[in-house]
Amino acid sequence: MSEWRLYEVFVRSKHGLNHKHVGSVHASDAEMAMENARDLYTRRNEGVSIWVVPSDTITASASDEKEVLFDPSEDKIYRHASFYELPDEVGHM
Amino acid sequence: MTQAEALKEYLLRLADSDMILGQRLCELCGKAPALEEEMALMNVALDLVGQARNWYEYAAELIDDGRDADKLAFRRDAHNYRNLLLTEQPNEDYAVTMGRQFFFDVWHYFTLKSLTESSDERIAGIAAKALKEATYHLRRSSEWVKRLGDGTEESHKRMQDAVDILWRFTGELITPDDTDRVMAEAGIGPDPDQLAKDWRGMVNEVLTQATLTPGAEDAWMYMGGKHGEHTEHLGFILAEMQFLQRAYPDATTW
Repeated sequence: MSEWRLYEVFVRSKHGLNHKHVGSVHASDAEMAMENARDLYTRRNEGVSIWVVPSDTITASASDEKEVLFDPSEDKIYRHASFYELPDEVGHM
Repeated sequence: MTQAEALKEYLLRLADSDMILGQRLCELCGKAPALEEEMALMNVALDLVGQARNWYEYAAELIDDGRDADKLAFRRDAHNYRNLLLTEQPNEDYAVTMGRQFFFDVWHYFTLKSLTESSDERIAGIAAKALKEATYHLRRSSEWVKRLGDGTEESHKRMQDAVDILWRFTGELITPDDTDRVMAEAGIGPDPDQLAKDWRGMVNEVLTQATLTPGAEDAWMYMGGKHGEHTEHLGFILAEMQFLQRAYPDATTW
């Protein structure tokens, strides 16, 4: 158990288009991670598809980079497409 | 033995094996080696208890003596239980728990698969639903047998020991008696020869992949479970499982 690898679990719900991160499981290999994910995260009929990804293969942004990475976009409201009038035919965007 | 008698007997066997193995697995609640395994084991256990309920309900209708599914499960003594001896064997280490599960799952899978074609529509319906669950159980337990068998020196030794300990209870799964034959001839139950062939085929395949050696085909086998002759373990399981119903008969508020 102490040697089991950590996997991140992504589940696509019945009506969802994309897989969403739901949590993590320990497992000795990917196949076991898939089964454990099925048993932990889809037991209440939550999903139709599962991805498992070894946690240590994920490259994450560092928390001390937060200001540099994300603050500059705070005052750039022109990046939001909220100043255009949409024709009715376009529908929901 | 009439077909009607055999059918009641056969339904109790299906129900009791599910019920006892489910109860055995539930003993690991709070004690499994990892959180993930605990959830998985309890899922399997509750699948089995749910299936037992379906078989008991049908059996109760046919027995028709006023007993319902609960009474069949909680008010019968060991000698009236018809579960396979394999299902009542203790959990021991995880290799034994998973070995027992694997031998059972192979039998369960092929039995249910055949029962989906049963001439008895009620049985075919219950089996179709149960087969989806059993297919997953088998996938899980096969993976574990391979992982432990083809794992470390220690895990291989333990898994081989588990196969050797449990082997003497596997003959009962694939050796038909009168009830099994009557069911097969009526098109209700599986063909015993095919079931034995399928069971041996898959068990050998998985054990080979797991670098494990199966027991001998002509090994001496314990075979009393289907007739109510059980190992010493069943009485203890029932004592715990039936305590509440025995202590407070017909209690309706918990």
